[in-house]
Amino acid sequence: MGLTLPVYLDNAATTRVDPRVVEAMLPCFTEIYGNPGSRNHSFGWDAEAAVNAARAQAAQLIGAQPKEIIFTSGATEGNNLALKGAAEMYAKKPAGETSRGHIITAQHEHKAVLDPAKRLQKMGFDVTFLEPPADGVITAEAVKGAMREDTILVSIMWANNEIGSINEVPKIGAVCHDRNVIFHTDATQWVGKMPTDVNRDNIDLLTWSGHKIYGPKGVGAMYLRRRKPRVRVVAQIEGGGQERGYRSQTLNVPGVVGFGKACELCSLEMDSERDRLLALRTKLEKSLSASIDHVQVNGHAEKRLPNIMNMSFGFVEGEGLMMAIKDVAVSSGSACTSASLEPSYVLKSLGVGDDLAHSSLRISLGRFTTEAEIDFAIEKITWAVHHLRTLSPLWDMHNEGIDINSINWQSH
Amino acid sequence: MAYSKQLIKHYEKPNNVGNFGTTAEVKERADIGVGVVGAPECGDVMQLQIKVDQSTGKIEDAKFKCFGCGSAIASSSVATEWIKGKTLDEAMEIKNTDIVEELALPPVKIHCSVLAEDSIKAAIKDYQKKNT
Ligand SMILES: Cc1ncc(COP(=O)(O)O)c(C=O)c1O
Repeated sequence: MGLTLPVYLDNAATTRVDPRVVEAMLPCFTEIYGNPGSRNHSFGWDAEAAVNAARAQAAQLIGAQPKEIIFTSGATEGNNLALKGAAEMYAKKPAGETSRGHIITAQHEHKAVLDPAKRLQKMGFDVTFLEPPADGVITAEAVKGAMREDTILVSIMWANNEIGSINEVPKIGAVCHDRNVIFHTDATQWVGKMPTDVNRDNIDLLTWSGHKIYGPKGVGAMYLRRRKPRVRVVAQIEGGGQERGYRSQTLNVPGVVGFGKACELCSLEMDSERDRLLALRTKLEKSLSASIDHVQVNGHAEKRLPNIMNMSFGFVEGEGLMMAIKDVAVSSGSACTSASLEPSYVLKSLGVGDDLAHSSLRISLGRFTTEAEIDFAIEKITWAVHHLRTLSPLWDMHNEGIDINSINWQSH
Repeated sequence: MAYSKQLIKHYEKPNNVGNFGTTAEVKERADIGVGVVGAPECGDVMQLQIKVDQSTGKIEDAKFKCFGCGSAIASSSVATEWIKGKTLDEAMEIKNTDIVEELALPPVKIHCSVLAEDSIKAAIKDYQKKNT
């Protein structure tokens, strides 16, 4: 059925650029190549018009005004700007002092939030890293419970990139607004897949990225609320004063135009796409659970993005498993995939044991995923898990009735 | 990170997979030494069993099982292949660096070869303990 190998099921890592996005970008290299900041000739005006159109497309996707969109180089930069910029703007005390204000985030955030938060700790801010429950969902109650008199900023991602779990974002935003606390959400995995309205959903700062929504890499945006309340951040990249001074640099016009087009396509196709992906993922999850025993889905069963599945396959190691399904590209929470030997900190924070974290795969579907690809993945994974279990001493021990946790392992 | 041909060969068709009986059975046998190293929390567990010809003192057969990444599985396969036919002293000489070279392991995978060396030593020690 026209299956091309290898099959790409790692869309939470990045996506293929939609051909319609590429088409929109191409003229920006050779025709609309002016600097949008050039005010005195048609080259500049044309580029500015292209950027404005993209700004409107990005705004529309999240229910914002075009003026509330600041283009960035992606979600990492956006998160840095949101956290550091808001902390600096709303600090209770000047630099050099301690107790400059309290910030709430969570342990299973992306590193692009965690590391700026840790930097802010060093800069005199107090940070609470909420421990997620086993299902990964941060509730408004949990945020409320962590609020202090001096809380200035809450940063909670909308959906988690490893397990897809969805935090209680509109409610968390309401809790923040009740107390005049700024609310930022890293919506990199959410926006473009799920309906978003920054006003209805009580958001002050929202960051996302082009390459997760079938746009180019190295471009993204930050939403900055202008009314009720007017939110401000201190610029982190200073220079020519582009993006109303919030983010200097000559705009990446091809990237921005591609990002805008990607946003527009998501606005148009999100609803049908969501149902399609959910049906495919349900098939994947049900089939694997039926054909393989000792599996566990990590994260919340329902409160989850339709395109992400994180599953642990007991007694089998994740990287070995990925190698065995070499025609299917996925991710693993196993340590072996990274330079550090620690397994996924996200799974760890949920209380998934290190052994099951090492046994996990993240499979993420996207716009170009077909049913034939899912069928192929089911077949491959089922075969590989059974094959690797025949190699696994842990599987033998389990079948001999030995409790693996009772063994005094000599770690190395 | 691309893997070497040797590594892929040993991963896809590992030599000497298996055991000489259940955990309980091999414990009772004086001619078999078992080494289990690593830990599930660390993402790799290697189990190596050696069967010693008690008249010659040579390792006549070896079997492994491995929970781990491709490099760990391939390292176990190489280890079992190399120790067959060797005396215990000769097998003790095998260094993890030999396995690194054989499989062209990248730096992040060196611990897999260390584990393989450790499993050989642990199996020999277990055999010697049974036979003192
Ligand atoms: C939740 C989340 N935040 C931030 C990022 C970083 O995005 P970018 O690659 O655009 O910097 C990613 C993607 O890796 C992500 O999934």
